[in-house]
Amino acid sequence: MLDGRFRFDNFVIGAANRLASSAARAVADAPGAAYNPLFIYSSSGLGKTHLLGAIGHHARQLHPGLAIEYLTLDDFVSQLHQAIATGQADGFKRRYAGVGLLLLDDVQFLTGRVETQSEVLRVFNALQGSGRQIVMTCDRPPTEISDVDERLISRLAGGLIVDVGVPDYETRVAILRSKCGDRGVRFAAGVLEELARTPATNVRELQGSLNRLVAHQSLLEVPLGVADVWHVVGALHTPAPPAPPASDEFEAFLSDLATSVAESVETWRVRLGERIVLWSAEGFRTDRLSRALERHEPQDVEALEAAMAADVERLRWLESEAVRLDPRCAGLELFRDPERVADAEDFLAKTVARTDPLPGPRPGLRLNDLVRTPDNRVVIQAASAIVEAPGSRYNPLFVHGPAGAGISHLAHAVGNALRTRDGGTWCIACVDAGDYVEQLIDALQQGAIERWRARYRAADVLIVENVQALDGKERTQDEFFHLFNELQQAGRQMILTCDRPLAQLTGLQSRLRSRFEGGLVAEMGPEQADERFGRDTPVPVGDEAAAPTIDVLLDRTPTPPVGLEAVDFDALAREPHAVDSFFLDAEKVVLDWPGIDGRVVEELR
Amino acid sequence: MPIVNYAARELTCKIVYYGPGRSGKTTNLHYIYDSVPAARRGAMVSLATQNERTLFFDFLPLDLGTVSGFKTRFQLYTVPGQIYYRTTRKLVLQGADGVVFVADSQRQQLEANLESLRDMHEVLAEQGVDARGLPVVMQYNKQDLPRELIGSPEELDEALNFRAVPSFAADALVGTGVFETLRWTSELVLRRLGATAPGVGAGR
Repeated sequence: MLDGRFRFDNFVIGAANRLASSAARAVADAPGAAYNPLFIYSSSGLGKTHLLGAIGHHARQLHPGLAIEYLTLDDFVSQLHQAIATGQADGFKRRYAGVGLLLLDDVQFLTGRVETQSEVLRVFNALQGSGRQIVMTCDRPPTEISDVDERLISRLAGGLIVDVGVPDYETRVAILRSKCGDRGVRFAAGVLEELARTPATNVRELQGSLNRLVAHQSLLEVPLGVADVWHVVGALHTPAPPAPPASDEFEAFLSDLATSVAESVETWRVRLGERIVLWSAEGFRTDRLSRALERHEPQDVEALEAAMAADVERLRWLESEAVRLDPRCAGLELFRDPERVADAEDFLAKTVARTDPLPGPRPGLRLNDLVRTPDNRVVIQAASAIVEAPGSRYNPLFVHGPAGAGISHLAHAVGNALRTRDGGTWCIACVDAGDYVEQLIDALQQGAIERWRARYRAADVLIVENVQALDGKERTQDEFFHLFNELQQAGRQMILTCDRPLAQLTGLQSRLRSRFEGGLVAEMGPEQADERFGRDTPVPVGDEAAAPTIDVLLDRTPTPPVGLEAVDFDALAREPHAVDSFFLDAEKVVLDWPGIDGRVVEELR
Repeated sequence: MPIVNYAARELTCKIVYYGPGRSGKTTNLHYIYDSVPAARRGAMVSLATQNERTLFFDFLPLDLGTVSGFKTRFQLYTVPGQIYYRTTRKLVLQGADGVVFVADSQRQQLEANLESLRDMHEVLAEQGVDARGLPVVMQYNKQDLPRELIGSPEELDEALNFRAVPSFAADALVGTGVFETLRWTSELVLRRLGATAPGVGAGR
């Protein structure tokens, strides 16, 4: 419960509590907007609880709808225990989740209470996350509360920490006058001033002395004089011996020092330091900010902070995506380093690729099976070079030519050859540009564009067939442009095939065109029938392995047709045997037989 | 040893009391030690010979608590004044953020003061520190002695303070000028915070 006696209008402000009082007022005026959390500390009896109550009182007047909770840490703990004992822990959490201004007194009692600390931390996170205000008081600064979780300390220290000092003589007089005014008591001139000189170490003691004076005056019904003050209060204090000048000197030194420190420290460094503490507390690496702190010239803290926040946001998203795919990714160090966002992107892409792999090249296609002709010699040589050292020489390889020229065979053959690299760990992606467009549309529709991108980013080798399908598709070209740049920068090989020369792709963005041209653009001529099946076809050097294949094909005797009774239906129902690569090549198997329209049908007589 | 660590919100100053033998450096530290509440000071380490000469150095750590949001620590050192402890002086001076030069006001000590001052500049130069950039204040100690024995602050300024740094008349035995000297030194040290990057001091 808030104590109505504690208000700002009866809080006497002096040099020792000016900062604390201004901060408290700012917080009460606009809870959650500035200094969150506000941490007020001082020794006992200097007005912490008064300020806390005043914040609550003032905020209630200004914001009647605001849910204000005032309690001591002990109350909080007993509520927590009660909630747990009655199995209503959820209700407890819900209750604090709805609080707009939490005023927590005497948080020094957190010491050693592990489960309370974790609950406080949780409540803090929930409140701060939703912009609600927290104000705490304590008898020592956060760092001096022993046995407290580091994370909680950094939370406590994350806002503004203010201390309330012992009031100076003038403030003491003002406090005494204010108290007398409240109670309607009058004293002879000089009495209160004399009382203020008594060595009270805090306001509560001062008030005790005042109470004594009031009691004496009302009992004796004689106005007390200045001389009586020491006599009455003497039971509490022996007259103070003149304070050793030394200690005063030290206090003066400290006070001057505080001013010097406040003037000398560079505010941008202070702000940056705060950010570093905050981000470290969240578990993120802050090397970048620390480096900025080392610089001589003032840094743009807001820009640094914005960049940091953006990177952290990105890392969080990447982590959540990765965890969704594979729970083991939770809490990886990679997701805590804003300087490794690119690595984290890469990691996510790999995770996506692992759980949702891209289609690979058609198995069985080999470069050696391509017959070299003067029309395709260049392309095959380039392909061999790519197999030797992918990503380094011809990147991208853009091959165009008519259907049946073996372009698809070539692309897949390169894919197959690279598949075995590094123990088969390479991700070889083969996609038809038409499918790429469709997938993008699906991803846009499902709002899963990032995942879709990540999937392709993981490719070590990307083969895109029928690039002509991208022609005129602006958005797809944009996406492909970014993918292309990323892969190229990472040194990944790309092979693009097209059914027409680059110049004929009129709807292709010039930036893509120039990038395609930056690799090797080569044409594959159509294969002649006699070249394909010629016995003793001249075998190019290095391709000797292909020669027997051709000859064996020609030597093979056709299988005679069989009657139905001879068909082994069981065998047909079984999985087919590993098919000869010949039949896997779309260009070599006729799937759509032409109709009979074009044929000459002889009249049967 | 950085002067200020913004991330940890810590501020550490190393202040060295330099000067000729018997000029009152250790007395300065003793006075400060006695004036500081016990909770704020660490044990004063003093390695002295039997007749109270500083043998190695005096070290007084002061924990000033949280000052303007910074956990502030001062480390006060003295060097042995005797001329033959040069290596120790060099070690102690290393990394100093500020120097108090405690001069003996007695006229007959003028030569010793000058020699010590020269020595200080040499040691700093050997450590690659530009003495012009290092906060230095002069303290003319023993001003309580009879007028005829000592030089006035003005005379001493004329003789020793050729760089016109802040100077203070002091009587370290009773504490006159001790805190004033320390206050100005810290002021100068702190003023450098804004002008230099963190982690800059003597011999770094």
